[in-house]
Amino acid sequence: MAEKKQFNKGKMVPVPSHSIIPERDLGTSPILECSHLGIDFGGLTAVNEFNITVGRTEIAGLIGPNGAGKTTVFNLLTKVYQPTRGTILLDGLDTHGKTPAQINRMGIARTFQNIRLFNNLSVEDNVKIGLHNQEKYSMFSGILRLPKYWRQEKAAHERALELLSIFDMQDLADHQAGSLPYGAQRRLEIVRALATNPALLLLDEPAAGMNPSETAELMENIVKIRDTFQIAIMLIEHDMSLVMGICEGICVLNFGQIIAKGTAEEIQSNPTVIEAYLGKQQ
Amino acid sequence: MKKKLNKNSLNGFINYGIVIAAFIIIQIFIGKGMLSNSLQSLLVPACCYIVMAVSLNLTVGILGELSLGHAGFMSLGAFSGITASILLQNSIPMAPMRLAVSMAAGAAAGALGGVIVGVPVLRLQGDYLAIVTLAFGQIIKNIIMVLYVGVDENGFHIAASSERFDLAAGGTAIIKGPMGAVGVSKLASFTAGFVLILITLLVVQNLVNSRSGRAIMALRDNRIAAESVGINTTKYKLMAFVTSAALAGAAGALFGLNYSSTVASKFDFNTSILVLVFVVLGGLGSIRGSIIAAALLYVLPELLRSFDIAEYRMLIYAIVLILVMLATNNEQFTALMGRVGGWFKAVGGWFKAAGARVVGWLKSLGRTQSKGKGGTTNG
Repeated sequence: MAEKKQFNKGKMVPVPSHSIIPERDLGTSPILECSHLGIDFGGLTAVNEFNITVGRTEIAGLIGPNGAGKTTVFNLLTKVYQPTRGTILLDGLDTHGKTPAQINRMGIARTFQNIRLFNNLSVEDNVKIGLHNQEKYSMFSGILRLPKYWRQEKAAHERALELLSIFDMQDLADHQAGSLPYGAQRRLEIVRALATNPALLLLDEPAAGMNPSETAELMENIVKIRDTFQIAIMLIEHDMSLVMGICEGICVLNFGQIIAKGTAEEIQSNPTVIEAYLGKQQ
Repeated sequence: MKKKLNKNSLNGFINYGIVIAAFIIIQIFIGKGMLSNSLQSLLVPACCYIVMAVSLNLTVGILGELSLGHAGFMSLGAFSGITASILLQNSIPMAPMRLAVSMAAGAAAGALGGVIVGVPVLRLQGDYLAIVTLAFGQIIKNIIMVLYVGVDENGFHIAASSERFDLAAGGTAIIKGPMGAVGVSKLASFTAGFVLILITLLVVQNLVNSRSGRAIMALRDNRIAAESVGINTTKYKLMAFVTSAALAGAAGALFGLNYSSTVASKFDFNTSILVLVFVVLGGLGSIRGSIIAAALLYVLPELLRSFDIAEYRMLIYAIVLILVMLATNNEQFTALMGRVGGWFKAVGGWFKAAGARVVGWLKSLGRTQSKGKGGTTNG
């Protein structure tokens, strides 16, 4: 019965043959399906014919040379840009015409390539802002400090510390977010995104600016997050050790087009990918 | 964290404490007759300006949107408060009760104005709010300048010119165009102003430390990130702006009911800027700064009036403003102040060291004495 409900949530799209969904997700409907997604900026086609299917607990990678349109894809998925063409189905539901805030409430959370924290607020408040839509008291119960306020604030406080403990950051809760070191700011952004209770987490270069040992730790944590929260994660990353190490399906983008899809081994030996990164062999 | 929560609420409690202490001290001064009549007449407007500054801080400091028409909401509140107080003269004979209802009416009018201005403008990004509120302040002023409002046995009359204003012989004119509201019974009192400040602090501080307030500050710090965590931008911008406008309306009602006559030109662009100056000098986002800046900067030019240097008072006021701006914005000046602070610290440290030495010396003296005593008893 529960399974049926899941299926009725949206149109069940048969998993395309070229999909790279891991085996354990094959029985369930995919969390994200993009078909023929594209956007033009004036005469420039930034992304075109972007088709991808992401499984419910998949860690997917999106790679490509600089300017390939990776972040644009994230901006399309979160509706920072409205796509010119194509559809995005999130858990079977069409996201057409939604605002970024509505997209988040539908289940996509993201981090940003250039960190966007609430710099003047404390680390804990940053996470609590992520919990915003899970706290359910009105402005008036907030102003009048009704019992509901105290109950929910206490719960939010505990939840925020719990989430911070994923990255062992609970001791930093009182610090100002803008004063944290770079790596901690990146981790805080992930925690804040997780706080919104997403079904799909988009990480835009999570390892940027991290040293190899920090990156290794981050890899472990990403897998840990996937396992604990049972969510799908899609990440853009230039650090190939991270991408090849944890991504189950990898999608390579060049000039706004998907040039290859597959597992890490498949991508590494794909001549088109090598050409895109290193140029044509003379 | 528990500690953090305590820090925030502690800050809030200190603000309540400052206001309550100031109220008690001023009441004692009044009781002992140490406050001149001219100073006493400043108390209610000072309360109004404190409320104005704190409420504008909600828009400018906490929401991060510039509003240049805060006096417009004050004006709306003032005239609707006056109208309410005259209309209710017979139905609510108790003055404090009538004042409270009038202030609520002023707040409602301010909130309504806030919604009218905010709904179209706050959907946009950029400096549109500043432009529109600037215009709003002027428009409200000009509308009230030509507005005639009165009540007689036929009911409520409202007209846009004196010719069309047909009030029956026994009726009361409440607002008479360019002459403004006349014949207002002065309901406002310092205590009412004090209570209004406390209510304002309660609303603003509790709002800031709640889910809604965090959403508002998130919008200020990073709109794109706030949207990405599912915060409805328009809703929370509007919430902060309308709350701010409502509080300004209540302050306006109190202000209007403090004088027997009030003209619309009192609430012009200069008043908006004056309140903005209080907010900026007190520190954006700092509630306590707004309270102190509004109280000092409102009373200062009036105080200077009573000295011999009366003709220079605006000059001195300007110099004070410039000095405060220098102190907060100029690096060299802050460095100098830091050094001065350092000297004080050094001097303080020297005194402390000297004091410790003296104490140590006294102690050793006492020890030798007691030793000496001990010696003598033993001997």
